[in-house]
Amino acid sequence: MPVQADLTYYYDGSFDGLLCCVFESYDKREIPIDILSASAAPQLFSGRSIPTDPHKSGRVLASIPQKIGAAALNFVRHAFLTCLPQKELYILLFLRLGYRHGPQVMNMLTNEVVNKLFKAVTHLNRESHLLKGFLRFSICNGVLVGEIEPKNYVLPLLTQHFCERYPEERFLIVDKTHGMGLLYQPYQARVVPIAGLELPETDEDEQVYRGLWQLFYDTIAIRERYNPVCRMSHMPKRYWKYMTEFGRPQDGAKPKLAAFGGKLLNPAAAEAQN
Amino acid sequence: MDVFEKLKILTDAAKYDVACTSSGVDKKASAGGIGNAAACGICHSFSADGRCISLLKVLMTNVCAYDCKYCVNRRSHDTPRAAFSPRELAELTINFYRRNYIEGLFLSSGVLKNPDYTCEQMIEALRILREDYRFSGYIHAKAIPGADSTLLTRLGMLADRLSVNIELPSQNSLRLLAPDKTKQAIFSPMGHIQKSIQENARDIVKYRHAPKFAPAGQSTQMIIGATPDTDYQILNLAEGLYKKYRLKRVFFSAYTPVAEDSLLPAPDTKPQLWREHRLYQADWLLRYYDFSAGELLDQQHQNFNPYLDPKCTWALNNLHFFPVDVNRAAYRDLLRVPGIGVLSAKRIIAARRTCSLRFEGLKNLGVVLKRARYFITCGGKAADGFKISENTMLHSLLSEKTLEQYRCDFSQQQLSLFDQTPPINPHPGRVYEDACASGPNLLL
Ligand code: SF4
Repeated sequence: MPVQADLTYYYDGSFDGLLCCVFESYDKREIPIDILSASAAPQLFSGRSIPTDPHKSGRVLASIPQKIGAAALNFVRHAFLTCLPQKELYILLFLRLGYRHGPQVMNMLTNEVVNKLFKAVTHLNRESHLLKGFLRFSICNGVLVGEIEPKNYVLPLLTQHFCERYPEERFLIVDKTHGMGLLYQPYQARVVPIAGLELPETDEDEQVYRGLWQLFYDTIAIRERYNPVCRMSHMPKRYWKYMTEFGRPQDGAKPKLAAFGGKLLNPAAAEAQN
Repeated sequence: MDVFEKLKILTDAAKYDVACTSSGVDKKASAGGIGNAAACGICHSFSADGRCISLLKVLMTNVCAYDCKYCVNRRSHDTPRAAFSPRELAELTINFYRRNYIEGLFLSSGVLKNPDYTCEQMIEALRILREDYRFSGYIHAKAIPGADSTLLTRLGMLADRLSVNIELPSQNSLRLLAPDKTKQAIFSPMGHIQKSIQENARDIVKYRHAPKFAPAGQSTQMIIGATPDTDYQILNLAEGLYKKYRLKRVFFSAYTPVAEDSLLPAPDTKPQLWREHRLYQADWLLRYYDFSAGELLDQQHQNFNPYLDPKCTWALNNLHFFPVDVNRAAYRDLLRVPGIGVLSAKRIIAARRTCSLRFEGLKNLGVVLKRARYFITCGGKAADGFKISENTMLHSLLSEKTLEQYRCDFSQQQLSLFDQTPPINPHPGRVYEDACASGPNLLL
């Protein structure tokens, strides 16, 4: 079916809204040139607003596991969280392939559409995996607070991990890119829009542990193996901004390699301790 | 001494231990507790040397009654000494953990007073974490050679992973450099741990809630380059350990000079990072690619090629095995092709069910065609548009950097890799590929 060059769909930015676009595409036997979120893009181009109708989206939602398989539905839900440009259109094209070929579509990795989406989802998974490690909390008034600036919308993928990690804590993870926050208190989690965040002054305890962590970070590196390129490839610089080991407000000092041998105190004093 | 000073001394003393992985076990916090673990492991940071930081890696104490020559903590070394109290260490771990700095604790120790006393101190720290804080995060504990086996059993009930470091790859080296340790003192705890893991596996089948003994298994570490042991010896030992003791990992650590001793490399010797890298690549081939040590090295070729990774070396020595046809070959055979890795081999298997694969499509599957094209066919046809000669092949198997290095080393000679083994370590310390212990990224 030819793509209609003069047709753009506008939807409300929700997953259900996108499923209604899929419904529309089949109903009208047409493929739009693009699908845009009405809130994100001003309606410059002539196009059609697709209202979100739970009846229609429900039908599409039910048909995906039936016709293409549960794995495909899971995959599409993930694809929707990625930062792939035109992800909506790619999801539509993927689903159209899926309705035609069935569950096999998940193996059609040499197909351009399938491949594009797979790469985007891999990127999403990688970013959320990295952030499980790179995210840092500060403890303010007994609440763990952390900020991230991910490219993909990873919050839904972080929820389970952090809830299972800190079931008895209260925590807040703020996604500054998407203006959303993950809020948890025993035993419920919510994702809510958050515009800005003013953190209260950190207390002494917090300062001490930050200092200890920075000291550990500097000391654990082996000088003779210094390899900044390798570090950068595993931990791209864009993550450093919110990481405690790099944030040193007091003197603005960069993380340094520890001096050789750790001659911190005189050996006599150390002997006395033991 | 305040906790800052202790942390500095006890981190500095622990940093040469390479293992920092938090992998091998999946769990979530128990009711009222804190901490989970992911089987794939999570890196929380990377230090300036490019190594993954996953665990708070420290010693209980760096005071040591032994005098292993290669070790910074040896009795005769004039260095500041410190010791954590078990509670202090547990508190530090929890506070790092709550802020998501770490996945857990990697605890090792010098031998304070005697092996049993040291082990008891470690057990107490882990007990506080597990019982008082109800901590379910990852704990890797080092077994202290010579400690009583009942203590080792208790340690194993508290830790996720245990390790006993072999340190030196042969008995001879051990006798020379670690006079207080015997082969027996290393292998008997290793055997005990393996037996306990097996028995525990049976108990768990019988009683679902039987407490778990070291659920993430055991690992070990060897120092590379402090002794004349060859790659062949080291790799064979590693293979033997995987088979006999069912180890989860064998780690290699390029020796960094920490002492002046006539038996050791001179203090200005650079760590043999490239060699460590090659060993990790070979180790990867043993664990995931179904290679055996004997296929990679033999009596005549005891050391790895500094210019070419072990898989390419094998491929060039076994050209009769190729070409492999991507549309028909078994998974195991695909894995042997330079430029095809575990992931791309799996994708090939999945994708070829939907259509017949062509060269253009392989790139989308993650195949590195630059290398792979010499060794594969698609539906019986070879890639066209290039001629196979030793020279072009070499070009595509070596990175630019390595190739340049190779040219300066062998400017007088003909550029050929097939009939000579270059001298080992022509430029000690010059890294041929980016050597990262956390993943041999060059190897595909
Ligand atoms: S027993 Fe361990 S800590 Fe003590 S000197 Fe030997 S290797 Fe070092």
